[in-house]
Amino acid sequence: MALNISPLSVSRANALSDAKTEIKNLNLYYGKFQALTDINLPIYANKITAIIGPSGCGKSTLLRSFNRMNDLIPSCRTEGEILLDGSTILGRGVDVVDVRRRVGMVFQRPNPFPKSIYDNVAYGPRLYGIRDRRELDQIVEKSLHQAALWDEVKDKLQQSGTALSGGQQQRLCIARALAVEPEVILMDEPASALDPISSLKIEELMQDIVKEFTIIIVTHNMQQAARVSDFTAMMMIDDKHSGRLIEFDDTQRIFTNPKDKRTEDYVTGRFG
Amino acid sequence: MTSSSGKIALGSRRRLKNRKISNFVMLFLTGLLTILALVPLFWIIGYVVYKGGPGLNLAFFTQLPRPVGIAGGGVLHAIEGTLIITMLAAIFAVPPGVLAAFYAARNPNTRLGIGLRFSTDVLAGVPSIVVGLFTYAFLVKPMGHYSGLAGAVALAILMLPTIIRTTEEMLKLVPQSLREGSLALGAPEWKTSMNVLLPAAFNGIMTGILLSLARGMGETAPLLFTALGNERYDIRQIVTSSIQGKQGFFQMVTRIINQPMDSLPLTLWKYASQPYPERVAQSWTVALVLMFFVLFLNIAARLWLENRARKLRG
Amino acid sequence: MIRKTQSFSPDKPGGSLTAEKTIQGIRQIFDHGDLAWRGLLLFAGFLVIVLTVSIGWMLWQSSVDARSLFGWKFFTPTLDSHWDPVNNQFQAWPFIYGTLVTSLVAILLAVPVSLGIAVFLTELCPPWLRTPLNWLVELLAAIPSVVYGLWGLFVFLPLVVAPLGEYLSASLGTFPLLGTWFAGPIPLSGASRLGAGLILSIMITPTIAAVSRDVLQAIPNSQREASLALGSTQWETIWQVLIPYGMSGILGSVILGLGRALGETMAVTMVIGNSTNSAISLLKPGYTMASVIANEFAEAVTKLHSQALLEVGLALFVMTLILNVMARFLVWRVSSKIQQEARG
Repeated sequence: MALNISPLSVSRANALSDAKTEIKNLNLYYGKFQALTDINLPIYANKITAIIGPSGCGKSTLLRSFNRMNDLIPSCRTEGEILLDGSTILGRGVDVVDVRRRVGMVFQRPNPFPKSIYDNVAYGPRLYGIRDRRELDQIVEKSLHQAALWDEVKDKLQQSGTALSGGQQQRLCIARALAVEPEVILMDEPASALDPISSLKIEELMQDIVKEFTIIIVTHNMQQAARVSDFTAMMMIDDKHSGRLIEFDDTQRIFTNPKDKRTEDYVTGRFG
Repeated sequence: MTSSSGKIALGSRRRLKNRKISNFVMLFLTGLLTILALVPLFWIIGYVVYKGGPGLNLAFFTQLPRPVGIAGGGVLHAIEGTLIITMLAAIFAVPPGVLAAFYAARNPNTRLGIGLRFSTDVLAGVPSIVVGLFTYAFLVKPMGHYSGLAGAVALAILMLPTIIRTTEEMLKLVPQSLREGSLALGAPEWKTSMNVLLPAAFNGIMTGILLSLARGMGETAPLLFTALGNERYDIRQIVTSSIQGKQGFFQMVTRIINQPMDSLPLTLWKYASQPYPERVAQSWTVALVLMFFVLFLNIAARLWLENRARKLRG
Repeated sequence: MIRKTQSFSPDKPGGSLTAEKTIQGIRQIFDHGDLAWRGLLLFAGFLVIVLTVSIGWMLWQSSVDARSLFGWKFFTPTLDSHWDPVNNQFQAWPFIYGTLVTSLVAILLAVPVSLGIAVFLTELCPPWLRTPLNWLVELLAAIPSVVYGLWGLFVFLPLVVAPLGEYLSASLGTFPLLGTWFAGPIPLSGASRLGAGLILSIMITPTIAAVSRDVLQAIPNSQREASLALGSTQWETIWQVLIPYGMSGILGSVILGLGRALGETMAVTMVIGNSTNSAISLLKPGYTMASVIANEFAEAVTKLHSQALLEVGLALFVMTLILNVMARFLVWRVSSKIQQEARG
């Protein structure tokens, strides 16, 4: 377990078992521009890890590395290693489709398909060959329960998912991601487009589902990171505008007693 | 974790290979279909060049047709006819088209504006043969004879929607601030339109005009019962006789356009269905010339648009 | 001009406030020639509407005798054809059938190809290849109809359609019910409804491809990401998310293509063999509504004959009018949906 950022997190890391997924010496380029430099970040199972930092520091890019969504950008190139359960997910030999099933994602803006609520949630399981109606019903109900949406939509499962409110749409997207039973869930500022109440609901449900999943969340909102996460990774751009991880630690420690001056400035609002 | 979790993971592994195969096959197929669709393009261009190329000579462009059965001669009459009819059509179609586009861009949500847009859409979808019928009933029958003029009117009707649409699209792209800037300086609206909007949208309007010319030039159906065709059409003879008869310019122009006329596509269609090998051979050369004109106009129009886009970007 | 005659001097005494206001108002309206400009625009806009309406009206008016004489019988399906200029008997069914069946063949073949192109251009094609391919597809649409006809007549019919027709009559033609549509033999020249349908499919492919390409392009990227992040393959994303999302727009493009196929004249006239026979088979020569007008109208000597052809034209106009309205509606619905979602 190579982690040289904070002695405390090393001890925590030893206390926990191995990382669920882990980034090692990651460098990421868009064409000639280096967007991420030398990132090392372990993500522990059944914990919420928050990635914070000023805008444009590569938080989303880093998050999208965990399920190789960056592959969609043709000029994007990655060096280093990303492990999931100890085996690499980079390289041509690895099946992106399978990686993305195991590492689900929730986006900044709710993006339900213009299909019924039921079909939105059942989309993933159907891909994986589940055709039996009863089985699908079960999965849909369970996922909607987990996303704390079931009570609100159980009578209108055949209605279009796009007709829901913004907060409900985002929880529908969470349910859709949960339905394929991923191991890790990536959340890219999932509440930034929502009102405070909807935002709070999503935080609550994150606390609920983290017992079964591992969550990585990118957020702008310091309070949110402090409230929900177990670990926090602080990112910042260097003088070449490339994103670097400057501190990774226990959330409590990051917010009360950070090692790095820049982290302190940022979390106390003196920066960015 | 739960029991169904294992199921999805298991199902996922088992199905993954099939899914990836069908993914590959289908994506490959889309590329194949794209190539397939382009085969006729190259086949047609290649074959027309191959068959029509040998017939290209000076006589083809400068001489009138010889009587059937006799080799040689050219299609000067059809080239003249095509140029006269399409130019005339452009003269008929461009001013009302551009003005109507100004109206549509200025009043998008009035009842007339909506009606105008709808009419443009309908007009764009009317089969060209129907436009030919309409022009026959509307012009040829009352006038009592076929004429290049009627052919030009039919083509103008077909060109209108293209001109209106492209012009309107371009006018919409002109920033509102530009228009307001001019109006705020106290310029009246028509001056604003002429001095600010028109130049800004000029390239787009030219694109529309070139595209509609290209379309009009290749049309046959609307000319069948309007321009009809006329193998003895000879503009030099008309001009000489007009001058000898001391007729005025207006009278001369009337004589030029007010009689049946041929065009390249009309000639192609007639020659192709005649049982004389030299005529069929000439029809391929006509096809080559026609295609050159049409594709040239098309490419010119697109280059014009690209140029415009580059200017906007840079 | 008006401004000069109406101009008033502010120092002129005696003008009451209302009169002053009126004069100023008039001046504002007439000022600087803007009234004339607006009038000109209005006139041009009006002209287009009047033109469109008068096409329908003119065809309606010019076919009055034929319409009253034959009534609906003119359009109803018949087994034996009655298109007899000598005896003034006119029933248009064989042409309507020809138009419908060739357009159907064209649509069935063109839709998968066009969708393939649209998908390839928007989802797969490397960026450097996109512009040239778009150009080529648009050039395909630019080739004049007569050139398609010429190539079809001398190259495509003998080289492709005739052998294909023979093969179809030998295989599908032997099936009990289906065989009716593939009853051979196909004429040696290849001139047949099948040939017309195939040429049409080539001609309408660019239309359908271009519109559905625009539809696919307009779909927000978040839909692609959502699907891929769930572990879909690219094809699953296209087939299960993008195409359903753009369905009504794609349908609109198909209807637009259908409209083109119905009205296409020259190429069809040159390859369909021009026969008024009422055989059902695709492998037989036939006629379409547009091609019968093209072939017979200039030579129609009796009044009733030309009126009957004008009525065929009227029917064609109404058909394309309905199709265009449907297509516009569908395309419009998609764009408003996308706008709505972009806002929400």
